Amino acid sequence: MDDLITIDNMSFSRGDKKIYDGISVSIPKGKTTAIMGPSGIGKTTLLKLIGGQLRPDSGDIRFKGESIPAMKRSRLFQVRRQMSMLFQSGALFTDMSVFDNVAFALREHSDLSERLIHILVMMKLQAVGLRGAAQMMPSELSGGMARRAALARAIALDPELIMYDEPFAGQDPISMGVLVKLIKALNDALNLTSIVVTHDVKEVMSIADYVYILADKKIIGQGTPAQIREQDSELVQQFLGGKADGPVPFHYPANSLEHDLLECQ
Amino acid sequence: MEWFATLGAKTLGKLSGLGRASYLLFSALVAKPQPLKMFPLTIKQLYVVGVQSLLIILVSGAFIGMVLALQAYTVLVDYGAEESLGPMVALSLLRELGPVVTALLFAGRAGSALTAEIGLMKATEQLSSLEMMAVDPMRRVIAPRMWAGVISMPLLALIFSAVGILGGQVVGVDWLGVDGGSYWSVMQSAVDFNKDVLNGVIKSVVFAFVVTWIAVFKGYDCIPTSEGISQATTQTVVYSSLAVLGVDFVLTALMFGS
Amino acid sequence: MNSRKIEIMVGLFVALAIAALLMLALKVANAGISGNGETYELKAKFDNIGGLKVRSPIKVGGVVIGRVGRISLDSEDYTPVVTLEISAEYKDFPETTSVSILTSGLLGEQYVGLQPGFSIDGIEPLRPGDFIADTKSALVLEDLIGQFLFNRD
Repeated sequence: MDDLITIDNMSFSRGDKKIYDGISVSIPKGKTTAIMGPSGIGKTTLLKLIGGQLRPDSGDIRFKGESIPAMKRSRLFQVRRQMSMLFQSGALFTDMSVFDNVAFALREHSDLSERLIHILVMMKLQAVGLRGAAQMMPSELSGGMARRAALARAIALDPELIMYDEPFAGQDPISMGVLVKLIKALNDALNLTSIVVTHDVKEVMSIADYVYILADKKIIGQGTPAQIREQDSELVQQFLGGKADGPVPFHYPANSLEHDLLECQ
Repeated sequence: MEWFATLGAKTLGKLSGLGRASYLLFSALVAKPQPLKMFPLTIKQLYVVGVQSLLIILVSGAFIGMVLALQAYTVLVDYGAEESLGPMVALSLLRELGPVVTALLFAGRAGSALTAEIGLMKATEQLSSLEMMAVDPMRRVIAPRMWAGVISMPLLALIFSAVGILGGQVVGVDWLGVDGGSYWSVMQSAVDFNKDVLNGVIKSVVFAFVVTWIAVFKGYDCIPTSEGISQATTQTVVYSSLAVLGVDFVLTALMFGS
Repeated sequence: MNSRKIEIMVGLFVALAIAALLMLALKVANAGISGNGETYELKAKFDNIGGLKVRSPIKVGGVVIGRVGRISLDSEDYTPVVTLEISAEYKDFPETTSVSILTSGLLGEQYVGLQPGFSIDGIEPLRPGDFIADTKSALVLEDLIGQFLFNRD
């Protein structure tokens, strides 16, 4: 299998806190790979590491065989044109209309005429169903619409890789359904490689080809959605089933209850 | 001992801040400038930073000129030297109050807005998103705002001084009855274009640089939470006001000291 | 707000600032007289220049005709040399012209007063760079008071 991205025994820490301890992940070309895990585990950090915004402490991240941490800034900028990222908040530029947001990367990175840009932008907006909202400002959009607009912006330059950061978080069931359908449709139509970082188990299991589960700085489970469901690891099952207590404890580490209650005396 | 360690850590923190601020300045203004792409963005920022500060500058300039004339008149009239009102008002405004008060108002009006805007762009991942779209936020976001600040503040200071002198005329000549001819002619013989007007402009270019740099850096470097942004905004106003007053002393000593 | 309107507003802003600069230059500082025009130099030696400064005005009968350009000390006889920059409009003062350092008002600033001398045949006009022979030093208040007290005794 041909891998677009290979993460090799990578460790990363922020300050004194270790986030990743020697993880290895490979993202196959043309497939949708999901990375799941409890909140606060640093999933967004993983995407930033792939995008070259952060550098790992040790280990390597390779994009098409080329090491990202070793790249010069100018080379990194070239490589980034082949990837795009959908941020959790959408991260639309608040001082531009939806149209200008989608057109932004085209205007920055290509010498296309304004007429051609107009056509391209309208096509991208049509794909996410927001052609009618082209002239609206980001502040006028609902959360789901903002995310769709951001998706249109992310595919504007026809990237090879899209990284979705929590695309379903905080969406109502209808927008969630729309986003799931969109991500799947875009992937199939454009033959994209996708990385979806999320903790919405049900939705992502329906679109992912391969799943990694991250917890406690390590990868605790991986496989196709079917394989994952079969795994007998308690941790994986707790996560998939959404049980309150288990290997990931309900209680944040603390002294014993008796100790804390009696302390004041 | 602990006190000593805290002091050391604080000093190192400040030093690394200064380092990051210098890096920001270098990559925004010096490294590979793209004037053609930046020009329309700078125009837009000139509108936000300059035109939108115009009203506060006009109003406060007029009032400060009027107050100056009123105060100076009550002192000068005791010596029968009312005709010195013109130079008194003009020199105070051109040499000192024009550049300094403009810089202080600018820090409060435009500097804080710059910090908050950039901080919010950071908090909503817009800066990160620019990075990921292979667009350098230094050149796209920081540089146009720096240039707009550095260009607009001297212009605002000139307008401030001009309006202040007119305000002084309103109070001194039209209201208190100083002779209009002597107001202007004594002013003309006392004010020197190079020494007073140009030195004032130089001062205000330096202030513009300091204030905009602090504002932009504080926004770019803030902790991207609502608390962090509000803290950064306050720091912008406090630091840039103090910096303006400090730098003003040094510049005044250099220009008029000998 | 569209970009055209923004451009117009920024244009207006810059125009306003230029108007302010022009007003400051012409009406407030009067850059015309402040010595940007053609000038020529005359020199004069004084025993004592008092509080005279560079850029102090030079007046003839109250009319400003120039400004003090440079003040230095003659390296041979240790007397102050004042260079007068006089507007080229006013030239050919006769050799008999005298200069004195005067004070405007009781406490005012000091200026150079030029008293044109008589001009008859055989008296050459002053050329640029010439020294004016007839000079009168500044009155120093302390000296005056000293003399006054001395004479009373």
